[in-house]
Amino acid sequence: MLLAEVVGSTAAIGYGLAAIGPGIGVGLVFSAYIQSTARQPESSRLTLPYVWIGFAVIEALALLGIAFGFIWAGSV
Amino acid sequence: MIGQSLVLASEVPFPPSVEDFYLPSIVPWGAHDSYWFTKITALMWISVAAIIIFFLVTYRKPQLVPTKKQWLAESIYGFVRNNIAVDMLGKRGVNFAPYLTTLFVFILLMNFWAIVPFAQISPNSHIAFPAILAVISYVMFIYIGMKHHGGLKYFKHALIPPAPWFILPLLIPIEFFSTFLVRPFSLAVRLFANMFAGHMLLLVFTLGGFAMLNANLWFAPFSLVSWVMTIALTFLEFLVICLQAYVFTVLTASYVQGALADEH
Repeated sequence: MLLAEVVGSTAAIGYGLAAIGPGIGVGLVFSAYIQSTARQPESSRLTLPYVWIGFAVIEALALLGIAFGFIWAGSV
Repeated sequence: MIGQSLVLASEVPFPPSVEDFYLPSIVPWGAHDSYWFTKITALMWISVAAIIIFFLVTYRKPQLVPTKKQWLAESIYGFVRNNIAVDMLGKRGVNFAPYLTTLFVFILLMNFWAIVPFAQISPNSHIAFPAILAVISYVMFIYIGMKHHGGLKYFKHALIPPAPWFILPLLIPIEFFSTFLVRPFSLAVRLFANMFAGHMLLLVFTLGGFAMLNANLWFAPFSLVSWVMTIALTFLEFLVICLQAYVFTVLTASYVQGALADEH
């Protein structure tokens, strides 16, 4: 006998949890760039490519979360 | 679907799903389960034709003082050659600049269809196209590594990091996994998921505006808010389009550089 039933999508919960890590990661990348440019402004041009590479590599994990959210949706 | 109910009493397909990425077939017209020629295929052919024609026409009679179109083509090539190929690979980057430029411009144009009116979907939101590009990059850096270091020596160079001998049994599987499995997979999925998620976001806000209009007259002002969000997200999508083309090319160049590296 069912006492209580919660109906919803675990895929949505899973994506929400999966977005925590990359959120912190991207924040770290840009915080490092801002701090390094504040300490030594001449280095900003040198480190800018690494900002974009780092951002995209970390964002890939967040987007894996979105994509797998759709793939695994429906199989609670 | 995912336990959400479709908005009733309207023909607006809300919420959008993966089915929205299967476009109707153009040749044969309206056939079911036939996907070989859809808008996606047409956009890809148009991209290829546009790139070939653009670079051929602008370099037809190159002047010493460049014309406007020649300057544009040279700027694109110069950007990829100087800021990507030479930055990553040094002087021998110039050998790779033609392929990297083609890759960059192709991905950029294919991504760009996501925000062009009437097209509004990028062929890169189907996994096939990023997958093939990632396989080409994968085969390329392995082949170049093997040519430079010589056959099996390349795998020794790639798999054995400079570390004390007792850690190697832990590090070698990690290096194998990260270099030979994760790299092509992440290259493909990064590009695919960015385009997929971008299109999905635009769909949500556009169709949501229409769904709110059809649902209830009190929701009509929020439809406007939804469409303003769509416009804002289109600008964000443009940033993502350029960034993903740049990152795919930069990472390909970086993997080639790793394969050609001479230390340890």
